[in-house]
Amino acid sequence: MKKSVFLGAATVACLGAGAAAAQTLESVQENGVLNCGVSTGLTGFSSPNASGEWEGFDVGICRAVAAAVLGDPMAVNFVPTTGQTRFTALASGEIDLLARNTTWTFSRDVDLGFSFAGVNYYDGQGFMVPRALGVSSAQDLDGATVCIQTGTTTELNLADYFRVNNISYEPVPIETNAEAQQQYLAGACDVYTTDASGLAATRASFENPGDHVILPEIISKEPLGPLVRQGDDQWADIVRWTLNALIAAEEYGVTSTNVSELASGTDNPEINRLLGSEGELGAMFGLENDWAQQAIAAVGNYGELFEQNIGESTPIGLARGLNAQWTDGGLMYAPPFR
Amino acid sequence: MATTTDPHRAGFRLSQLVYDTRYRSMTIQIVALVALIVAGWWLVANVVQNLSALGKDFDFGFLSSRAGYDINQTLIAYDNSMSHGRASLVGILNTLLVAFMGCVTATVLGVIAGVLRLSRNWIVAKLMAVYVEGFRNVPLLLWIVLIFAVMTESTPQPRDFRVLDDGTSAASMLLGDTIAITNRGVFIPAPVWGSGALVLGLVFLASLVAIWAYRRWAFARQERTGQIAPVFRVSLVLFLVPTILVFLFMAFLSDRQTLVAYGGADGQDLAGFAQALGPDGRVTACVVPGTTQALLVRRALRNSDANFSLVEVADGEAAIAAAEAGECNLISQPPGVDPATIPAGGFALSDGIRSGNPVEFDVPVLGGFNFEGGLQVRNSLIALWLALSLYTGAFIAEIVRGGILAISRGQSEAAFALGLRPNRTMNLVILPQALRVIIPPLISQYLNLTKNSSLAIAVGYMDVRATLGGITINQTGRELEGMLLLGGFYLGLSLLISGVLNVYNNRVKLKER
Amino acid sequence: MSDTHAQTVPYVRESMLPQAEPPVAERGVVKWIRENLVSSWLNAILTLVSLYIIWWVVSHVWGWFAGSVWNAGSLTECREILAGEEGACFAVIAERWNQLVFGFYPPELYWRPLLALALFFAAIAPVLFPERVPRAMFVVTAAMPFVNVWLIWGGSLWGPIFVALGFVAGWGAWRLAQPRLGVLAGAILSVLAALLWWGVVTGWASPDFARILPLDLQRVTSRDIGGFLLSTIIGLSAIILSLPLGILLALGRQSDLFIINKVSVAFIEVIRGIPLIVWLFTAQLLLNYFLPPGTNFDLLLRVIIMVTLFSAAYIAEVVRGGLAALPRGQYEGADSLGLSYWQSMRLIILPQALKISIPGIVNTFIGLFKDTTLVVFIGLLDPIGFSNAIRASTDWNGIYWELFVFIGVLFFIFCYSMGRYSLYLEKKLSREHR
Repeated sequence: MKKSVFLGAATVACLGAGAAAAQTLESVQENGVLNCGVSTGLTGFSSPNASGEWEGFDVGICRAVAAAVLGDPMAVNFVPTTGQTRFTALASGEIDLLARNTTWTFSRDVDLGFSFAGVNYYDGQGFMVPRALGVSSAQDLDGATVCIQTGTTTELNLADYFRVNNISYEPVPIETNAEAQQQYLAGACDVYTTDASGLAATRASFENPGDHVILPEIISKEPLGPLVRQGDDQWADIVRWTLNALIAAEEYGVTSTNVSELASGTDNPEINRLLGSEGELGAMFGLENDWAQQAIAAVGNYGELFEQNIGESTPIGLARGLNAQWTDGGLMYAPPFR
Repeated sequence: MATTTDPHRAGFRLSQLVYDTRYRSMTIQIVALVALIVAGWWLVANVVQNLSALGKDFDFGFLSSRAGYDINQTLIAYDNSMSHGRASLVGILNTLLVAFMGCVTATVLGVIAGVLRLSRNWIVAKLMAVYVEGFRNVPLLLWIVLIFAVMTESTPQPRDFRVLDDGTSAASMLLGDTIAITNRGVFIPAPVWGSGALVLGLVFLASLVAIWAYRRWAFARQERTGQIAPVFRVSLVLFLVPTILVFLFMAFLSDRQTLVAYGGADGQDLAGFAQALGPDGRVTACVVPGTTQALLVRRALRNSDANFSLVEVADGEAAIAAAEAGECNLISQPPGVDPATIPAGGFALSDGIRSGNPVEFDVPVLGGFNFEGGLQVRNSLIALWLALSLYTGAFIAEIVRGGILAISRGQSEAAFALGLRPNRTMNLVILPQALRVIIPPLISQYLNLTKNSSLAIAVGYMDVRATLGGITINQTGRELEGMLLLGGFYLGLSLLISGVLNVYNNRVKLKER
Repeated sequence: MSDTHAQTVPYVRESMLPQAEPPVAERGVVKWIRENLVSSWLNAILTLVSLYIIWWVVSHVWGWFAGSVWNAGSLTECREILAGEEGACFAVIAERWNQLVFGFYPPELYWRPLLALALFFAAIAPVLFPERVPRAMFVVTAAMPFVNVWLIWGGSLWGPIFVALGFVAGWGAWRLAQPRLGVLAGAILSVLAALLWWGVVTGWASPDFARILPLDLQRVTSRDIGGFLLSTIIGLSAIILSLPLGILLALGRQSDLFIINKVSVAFIEVIRGIPLIVWLFTAQLLLNYFLPPGTNFDLLLRVIIMVTLFSAAYIAEVVRGGLAALPRGQYEGADSLGLSYWQSMRLIILPQALKISIPGIVNTFIGLFKDTTLVVFIGLLDPIGFSNAIRASTDWNGIYWELFVFIGVLFFIFCYSMGRYSLYLEKKLSREHR
C-alpha cells in the first residue's frame, strides 16, 4: 500500500515509497530507481567525484543490481549513511539495499532482522603503526594509544583482542576515517586500527607511505557484504545472485568487453545459462533473462570491479589475497548457475 | 482575554458551551484535551504496531547486559565487561564534567571579553570584537573540529619528549618536569592520598568554616559600627596557613617504610639487591595500588636503574602471601615494623624509603608509548572544553557588555559624587544592578552550553551521547529506549539547571523596588 | 574691545593671535595613541599583549596563505607544486566549490536556487523594510513559498498551485462562514474546506491541468541537494514554517486556559531542554516508529519537520518576550474596545509584538542556520558532510584546513551580515520607542 503523507507545501519533496515485505522488486521497478545506501565517503569504496557521480567498489555493487533489475546502471539513488544511521535507513525502507562495507555478523543477521546477500570483500581488522616505533607485532602494543572509528564492530574486536592478550591500551574514538587519519599522522595515537583494506587505502594517501607499517596480525574476520531487509526472499535472491554472477563471470572469463559477444552463445552451457542465452534463470525471480549480462556489462566482472576501484593499479593498491577466485587460492566461490 | 460577563439567565442551554464566555473556556480546554489524548494514543498505537512488525519489544533490559567496549576517560571504575548501564553512567559523568568546566571558563572568558570590549584601548576593543564576532558567526561544530585539529597539530607528540643520543629532545616538560603538554592531552601530577589525608582534609574544612564565620562577623561589625575589617587578607591566611602547618607537621612525623626483599641478603640496600639479581633479573614489587607507599616504591625503583615490574595486590597481608608464593621478590611493610618479625624468607633492606606525606604527587613519566602515571587530561576533553568555552564566552561577552551599558551613566556619576573609589563603584553600584540584567540570559547560555556538549561526537569525547546514544544503541539496536533515556537525561539536566539558577535569579530580583 | 584701546594702551595686543597648535602629545596620531593605547600601565600591557597576539596569528597564517596553490588536480599534485614549501592547497576549493555550495544539484540548473533566493529576498523586503517597499509586494511574500518549492525541486507547478489554492479555499470559507456562524464554526469549516480541496479536488484536477499546460521543470531529488543550499533550505524553511506554530505556542503560554497553557509550556520546555542533535537522531532513527506502518518519506523532509518543531519552541520564547514587552495598557485598551480575544490579538497585540520580536527572530535564525551543520551526523551532505566526502576521494584524501576555512568564511559572511541587520533593526526600534 502506498501511503502519502501530506504536509502542506512540502508534498513535492515527498517521495512516497511503500516499503512492506516482499515488494521491494515491485517498488524498485515502479519507481525506476534503486535506493542504495553507501558510506558518506570511504576511499575506494564509495565517494562522489568532481562531477557528483558516486564511484567505488560498493557503489559498483549498487550499479550492478540496478543494471540487473532496471537495465540501467545509472538508475541508482545513492543515499549516504553513517555507521549509526545505516541500519535504521534499511529497516525503515528508506533504502532497498545497503552496500556500505558492513560486517556480516550473527546478531545483525538474526537479531537486527537483515539478510546478508553474500560477501563482496573478505576483510579483517589490522593495525598500522609508524615504522619509527619499531613495533613488529600487535603483542608489543601494551600501553599504546589506539585510534578507532566509532560505531563499528572495530571497537568491540579491539576490546576483545586486548582483553584476551591481557595488554592495556587507550582507545581514541573518532567519527570519520579522515579525522582518524589526521590524528594518526600527527602522532596523537600510536596505532590506527580498522579493516585492513581501509588501512591500505589510508596508507596509500600518505605523503610517505613507507614510514608506516601494517602489522601482520589480523584480529578479526570481517566479511563485508551487501544486505537487505529480512522477509523479502525474492529481493534477497536478486542481490545475492547478482553478486554471484559477477564472481562467476570472472571465473568463466566473462568481462565487460566480451560479454555482449559471449551472450550470443558459447560452447560453455554454464556461461550460456549465466548470460541468459540458455534456460530461464532470470524469469525465475522476475527479471529479464539478460539480467546478469546487463550487470556485467555495466560494472565488469568481480575482478574488473576490484581492479578498477581498489586493486593494485589504483593508488589504494590492495592485493587480491583472500578475495581471489577459489581457483587461485582465494575464497570467492560462486555457486553453480543451473 | 475578554472577560465580559453576560447577564445571568436561568437554565442552561447547550449553545452556552460555545457562546457563553463562562463555559467556553472549559469547552475549548476539553476539546484540546481530547485532541491531545487522541494524538497521544495514535502515536503509542503506531509505536506498538511498528515494534511488533519489526519483532522488537520495549525493554530496558539491555542496560544490564555486557557493554563490551572500552571508554578512555572514566571518572568511575569501568571496564568492558561491565554493563551498558554502567557505560551510560560513565558517559553521563563525562557530560557533566565538560559542561561544568565549560560553564565556569565561559563565564570568566565572557566577563573579561565583555569588559575589554568596552575598553578605551582601541586595539584591545577591536581584538575582542573580532573574537566575539568570529565565534558567534561560525558554527560551533566547525570550531570544535578546528580547535581539535589545531591542538593535535601544534602540540608535540609524546615521542618528541624522548631524549635523543645527542642529549637533546624536540620537546620538554614544564615546571620542573612535572607537566607534559602533548597532542594526546596534558599530563599533570595526580594527588595520591596517604595516611593522614583525612586529618588534613578536616583541617581544611575547618578553616573554610572559619573563613565563613569570620566574614559574617566582619560584615555584621561593619553594619553595626561602620568599621571595615580586612576580609580578604585574613581569609587568605585562614585558607592557607592551618592546612600548610598541619601538612608540614605530619610530613615531619612521617616514618620510613621497611622494604623486604626475598632472595636478598641481610644488609643489602635496594641498589645492591637489584645488582645482585644480575642483568637479566628483575625486581618484582608487590604493592597496594593507589597508596603513597606504592608510589614511593615505584619512584625508588625508577631511580635505582633496576629492571622492575609492579604486581598489584589488595593489601599488606596479600603482599606477604604473594611474596611467599614467589610472585614477587620485593614487598613494603608499614613503618615501624620490627625487622625481627619480617615474614619468613625475607630480609629487610638497609635503606628504607619514606612512607609518604598525607599527599604525594604522582608525576607523569615518559614510558614506552606514552606518558605513564599522573593525570591525563585528554585532548578531546580540552578541545571540547575550549571550544565550548570560547563559543559560549563570545555570547556571554555580549550579554555582559549589554548589561553594563544598560546601567545609566548617572549611577556611576552618583557613586563618584558620594566619594566611592572606582573599584568600589563597580562592586557596590554597577555590578549588582548589571547582574540583574545579565543573569537571565546567562542562564540560557549555560543551558545552551550543556546541550552543545553533545557535539562531543566530533572529537570522540565519550559523553552520554557517545556511550548511551551512540555505541550502546548501535550494538543493541534499541533506538527507542536509548533515545528516550538520552532525551530524558538532557531534559532533566536542563530543568535542573534552569530551576536552580531561577531560584538564584529570584533572590537577586527581590531587591528590586 | 581691543580696537577701542588700540591707540591708548600700546602694550595691549591689537588683534587676536592665531590659535596655537596643541602640544605634540595632545594632537593627531600621538594623542590618539596616548589616549587609546597607552593611557595607563595596564592599558599599555594590554596593547603589547594584543599586538603580540596579532603578530603571532598573522605570522603563522600568512606564509601558509600566501604560498597557496589554486590550480591542481589532486593533493599529490599540489604537494609537487609546493615542493616542500609551506602553502595551502586551495585547488580543492577551485575544483569542488560547486559541491560545497550546491551539492549534486545539476550545474545547468544553478539558476533555479539562485532565483529562488532572489525571490526570497523580494518576498521578505516588505517585512524587513516596511516603510520603503509598497504593501503590494506582500503578494510576492504569499506566493514565494510555493514558487520556491517548485523552483528548487522542479516538477509541475500545478502541485504547489493547488496546495496554495487550498489555503485560499480555507480562507474563503472562513470569510463566508465566520460572520454568519461564529468563530468556532468558521474555523472548523475553513479547515474542512481546505482539507476537502487538498484531499479531493487536487487529486483529480491537478493531473488534468498538468496535461493541458505542463509548466514542468526538470525534477531534482532531495538527494541531489547538498552543501550550503541544503543548510539554507533547512534553515529558511524551518524558520518560515515555525513562525505560525511559534506564535500559537507563545499565545498558548500566555493563555489563562489551564490545559492549553500547560501543554504549551511542556512542549516548549521539552524541545528546548534536549539538544538538536538528539532531535535529529530522533528524526532519523525514531520517526518511523511514531507514524503508521509503511509510511516513509524523504529524510530531508523529516529533518525539516524536526527542525521546524525545534525552532518553533525558540520562536515561541522570542514572541513571548515581545508580548511581555507590550505595555499592559495595550491589552486593556483592546478589551475596553470590546474586541474579542482573536480580534485584539490580530489587530492590536500581535502586530506590535511581532515588530519588536523581529531582531530576536533573526537571531534565532542565525543560530538555527549554524546548527544545520549537525545534519552531517545523520548522513546528509551539508558543507561539512561534503568536506568528509571530498576527503574520501583518492585525489583529495588528506586535505584538511582549506575546506574548513572555506566553509567557515562562507558561514561567517552569511551570519555576520544577518547579525548586523538585526542590530540595525534593534537600534531603529529603540529609537522609535523613545
